[in-house]
Amino acid sequence: MAGFFSRLKEGLTRTRQNLVQKVEELITGRTRIDEELFEELEEILISADVGAETALELVERLRQQVKTQKIADPALVKGLLEAEIARMLGTEAVGVDLTKGPTVLLVVGVNGVGKTTTIGKLAQRWKDEGKKVLLAAGDTFRAAAIDQLEIWGQRVGVDVIRHQEGSDPSAVAFDAVQAAISRGVDVLIMDTAGRLHNKGHLMNELKKVTRVLDRALPGAPHEVLLVLDATTGQNAINQARIFGEVVGVTGIALTKLDGTAKGGVVLSIHGELNVPVKFIGVGERVEDLRDFDPQEFARALFGREE
Amino acid sequence: MAMFEGLAEKLQGALRKLRGKGKVTEADVTEALREVRMALLGADVSLKVVKQFVSSVKERAIGQDVLESLTPGQQVVKVVYDELVQLMGGSNAKLTVASKPPTVIMLVGLQGAGKTTTVAKLAAFLHKQGRRPLLTACDVYRPAAVKQLQVLGTQLDLPVFSMGTDISPVDIARAAVEHANRHGNDMVLLDTAGRLHINEELMTELEDIKKTVQPHEILLVVDAMTGQDAVNVAEAFHAQLGLDGVVLTKLDGDARGGAALSVKAVTGCPIKFVGMGEKTDALEPFHPERMASRILGMGDVLTLIEKAQATIDANMAREMEQKLRKADFNFEDFLMQMQQMRKLGPMDQLLGMLPGMGNMKALKDVQVDEKEMKHVEAIILSMTVEERRNPQLLKDSRKKRIARGSGTSVQQVNNLIKTFEQTRKMMKQFTEMRGAMMGKAKKGKGMFRLPFMR
Repeated sequence: MAGFFSRLKEGLTRTRQNLVQKVEELITGRTRIDEELFEELEEILISADVGAETALELVERLRQQVKTQKIADPALVKGLLEAEIARMLGTEAVGVDLTKGPTVLLVVGVNGVGKTTTIGKLAQRWKDEGKKVLLAAGDTFRAAAIDQLEIWGQRVGVDVIRHQEGSDPSAVAFDAVQAAISRGVDVLIMDTAGRLHNKGHLMNELKKVTRVLDRALPGAPHEVLLVLDATTGQNAINQARIFGEVVGVTGIALTKLDGTAKGGVVLSIHGELNVPVKFIGVGERVEDLRDFDPQEFARALFGREE
Repeated sequence: MAMFEGLAEKLQGALRKLRGKGKVTEADVTEALREVRMALLGADVSLKVVKQFVSSVKERAIGQDVLESLTPGQQVVKVVYDELVQLMGGSNAKLTVASKPPTVIMLVGLQGAGKTTTVAKLAAFLHKQGRRPLLTACDVYRPAAVKQLQVLGTQLDLPVFSMGTDISPVDIARAAVEHANRHGNDMVLLDTAGRLHINEELMTELEDIKKTVQPHEILLVVDAMTGQDAVNVAEAFHAQLGLDGVVLTKLDGDARGGAALSVKAVTGCPIKFVGMGEKTDALEPFHPERMASRILGMGDVLTLIEKAQATIDANMAREMEQKLRKADFNFEDFLMQMQQMRKLGPMDQLLGMLPGMGNMKALKDVQVDEKEMKHVEAIILSMTVEERRNPQLLKDSRKKRIARGSGTSVQQVNNLIKTFEQTRKMMKQFTEMRGAMMGKAKKGKGMFRLPFMR
């Protein structure tokens, strides 16, 4: 597990540099806590994509704590911030339940966030854990998306249910569930075409997919995983909200965290939405897609040891 | 209309108070600019850029001649407009074309920004201008990326150069240029693999491609939804490769567009194109002036006019206007108008270009469903000519026949008839209202007259 934690820490290096080190620079050399410090802290948080609202809220809490606990030493602010962030993230790690198979997992998101790659990595991981995995190529729109998933299927060594490009994704959904049931798989992961959340007709198409899944296997999809790109700014919140309204997102996979200095969006998601982050991607390797453990995340963010 | 919506709304709100004022004090400006600052930050504009922007607006707005002019509020709005235009690059920046073909254009960017799609769109755009582009698949890493480009090439009926995935992208690029020389392609578009700007190995690969084929344009493809990090990404790519421009993608989403405002300001690289949809023709040259008008709610009539000129028959439009005025408007006209409109592009984008429309509450939540439009078309096409001209004829048995003919239900047919009647009424009111407004505008205080609109 030590290796795991250090990978996470490494993946968060850039966010840490941008957020935590700037906070450190802010407080060193200061002798007292004043309004200017809070304002600059707010700016640091906003430029880490924490989101204006969440940043205001965080700083307000710090302000109150400083007041009620009569804290005068600026050096203590970092500790307070860490505690507040840890508190915001919560303690509970929420995974995906694969014991009541077949579990149907629908993967949704806007274009280019890494849905297909995330599916490939999840498939590899669950297969390694001894689960029987089936994939469904539900992105029938984008050129060569089906081939992309197929290549992942070959790499991992799992079957892919596919139709032709341009066919109805709901039909793929139906067939895939039938196959999942008859083959007795533990988990069926269905890919979908990337779609911008403000396109009504595409969102309706997605809704239809969930309806068809439910008809083919009552209760399906058991999980709707929304994939968000960590480099996305505050728009991530809109995405999560609208996908949530339309297809009832049950969890979030946050990808490309290693590439951004702005991992603050994790806080924004927690602060403004009621959907747990289930997976985070901190690198290109299969094992870099990991379960999200909020406390571990907070520790890694602030550069603590395990 | 979705793009910049949140930002536009907040900026307009902040400036609305100033617009009508006869006398503006320094405090008024400071207050408005505080709101402008929050609006920009909320829209993911980089902090550095926001600070600069606000201070230069303030400096200019508090200058003597602005506050003491006859219309100080509007002058401040003009200052904001000017600064926005400056921020986004001044004027439309065109692609560099090599004096000796082929012109080599390399597209780079993070994973998932939309490079492959943009290569196809750009090729289609250039092809329309009479160029002979060669699409080149240099992404040997992402599964099926080569196939994706090949499929897009087939759709566009344009040649795609690929050498599989076992050859280095540098060699592929070199071979592509040679291929273009031999086959008379005057534009070579290189689709490179997505990479993180901090991945040294892959960034060096881009440098090698650059050294080998010496592209005339290196375009960074940026997802408009990118947050505060957009600036870092752009800076890193620019430092290593020397960018010539930026293509902003997925602007048809509801991103608040802050990245657009920051990238130019920080790197000095102009935004050259914007991606506005999933189809291969959804790429537009970027015009900072027009975008600024859109952000400030003044509409983008120029783009609309250009689009209309390119697609709508002027005589038909005049005829239609006559009919609208007389409310002598039937299903045939409805169908024709709908078909003309559809040629212009998605409805929601069109609405956003009309001055004042971005603000109309009634239109805010309008979702234009393209598929629904197809149903409507089918229903009208299933009517007889007589029925189209005289909707009163539509009784139950006719409705049933139309529903069967168009593969819809009687309910849908009824809905359409209802919508049609409402539209007809609304059109009548609208033309009357517009007439009244025009009359007022002549007296000098129309809502569309801003000091810089001549």
